Amino acid sequence: MNPQLILPFSVEISFGVIAALLATASFTSIGLVHSRPERNYTELRLRIKTWWLIVAVFAVAVLFNRAISVIVLGFVSFLAFKEYLSLIPTRRADHRVLFWAYLAIPMQFYWVYIAWYGLFIIFIPVFMFLILPTRMVLVGETQGFLRALGTLHWGLMITVFSLSHMAYLLVLPPEVNPAGGAMGLLIYLVFLTEINDVAQYIWGKSFGRRKISPKVSPNKTVAGFLGGVTTTMLLAVALGPYLTPLTQLEALGAGVLIGLGGFVGDVTISALKRDIGVKDSGSILPGHGGILDRLDSLTYTAPLFFHFVYFLHY
Amino acid sequence: MLRKLFYLFISKPLALVILGINARGREHLPLQGPAIIVANHNSHLDALALMSLFPLAVIDKVHPVAAADYFLRNRIIKWFALNVIGIIPLERKATEKGADVLAPVFDALDKKAILILFPEGSRGEPESLSRFKNGIAHLALECPEVPVIPMFFYGLGKALPKGEFILVPFFVDVFIGAPMRWEGSRSEFMRQLNQKMLALQEQANITDASDL
Repeated sequence: MNPQLILPFSVEISFGVIAALLATASFTSIGLVHSRPERNYTELRLRIKTWWLIVAVFAVAVLFNRAISVIVLGFVSFLAFKEYLSLIPTRRADHRVLFWAYLAIPMQFYWVYIAWYGLFIIFIPVFMFLILPTRMVLVGETQGFLRALGTLHWGLMITVFSLSHMAYLLVLPPEVNPAGGAMGLLIYLVFLTEINDVAQYIWGKSFGRRKISPKVSPNKTVAGFLGGVTTTMLLAVALGPYLTPLTQLEALGAGVLIGLGGFVGDVTISALKRDIGVKDSGSILPGHGGILDRLDSLTYTAPLFFHFVYFLHY
Repeated sequence: MLRKLFYLFISKPLALVILGINARGREHLPLQGPAIIVANHNSHLDALALMSLFPLAVIDKVHPVAAADYFLRNRIIKWFALNVIGIIPLERKATEKGADVLAPVFDALDKKAILILFPEGSRGEPESLSRFKNGIAHLALECPEVPVIPMFFYGLGKALPKGEFILVPFFVDVFIGAPMRWEGSRSEFMRQLNQKMLALQEQANITDASDL
């Protein structure tokens, strides 16, 4: 029998809680539509509906077996990288170079699948870093070379290397984490990162006045940031024993890391969008925008949290 | 049958998984013939991406109009173009004096087809819009009751430009304009059509570094 079919109790509870939270959001929004018909809640309704879809995809990614996890998360990386390339200026001459960059995605996720940590951790930062310019030089177009190379490798790092850490959390030896099993760490990371986003938004809307980074992200406030980080810290400590091998103090550290990292990931993608002059990174997720609009925080929290846990326990 | 299989196993997965198509103005997409769709032409993928927008039930009605000299040039391509893609071949040069090159097109419209035309002629430079040729005005003059729907595609010229055979995934934006009808004069019709296409193009976020 497939061992992952017997889910740890904490994992079952986690998905129960997520479903309950979303159901509450759905009912609240339906209630709002009825009690205040004069206001338009289409965007909110769309946003919550898409959340259900995201949770469903995440459940598929987490709950079955390693092959399905790696394929689903690899596909998410592919969508993010494709969205990034569609957003930024690319040179026509680099057509074949872009193709090579895409090939890095199945390879990177294959290293995850066979749990080859050494290659997983250097493949994109070292080998792709050397291979892409080599291929570009073979094309021979020097105009805009540095910009094309820099933007391409940065995108690969953010959308493939960073996000593939989510998948690697699933292949870490499960016996180290008896409470959460193989998927506990990933659920912990993704749940806290998304809650951190939502908490920063709610704290900011309720109490925020002083802008934290007016030029990049005018909606971000000091109160939202501090409130969000505090909420994430408290939840990190509360959930730590059920999903992770972290001690109380370590869980507090993980909460701070996810709170800070989530914020930086968010504003980094905002800065990118501002530079290009778009509001959303795409339109694949109705009510949210593009896939990068949803994954922005995870591009920072995934590698940060992974290496924090890896250093302490694996 | 072949066309439906091709649609289900090639066009649709390509459009949904490899590329990803964001259509704006989908309500203008004609689901009943006769109708004429005019689009910019940047890639061999244009026709496939366009057909993927339609539901399976009407796919048999959708036919790209394509150059006979190019697509009928050998037996394999001819079989594929006629039976799998379902093109209506058009002679670019009249073979005999007085012969109406557009006759097969009129026939198809009589049978309530939804035709896809690329009035730029051949695939242009990626993502740039060349002026439309006049054939389309002639068609509108002869069939004034048939709606003409302008569409602008952005991204396909990056995914598979002319002269390349390796496909690189990119998101594709499609902007579908409101239907137009014959306006009483050729030049006026062409002016409005070109203007509409430019307006659709302006909605796209063009990020081809070679154009900067």
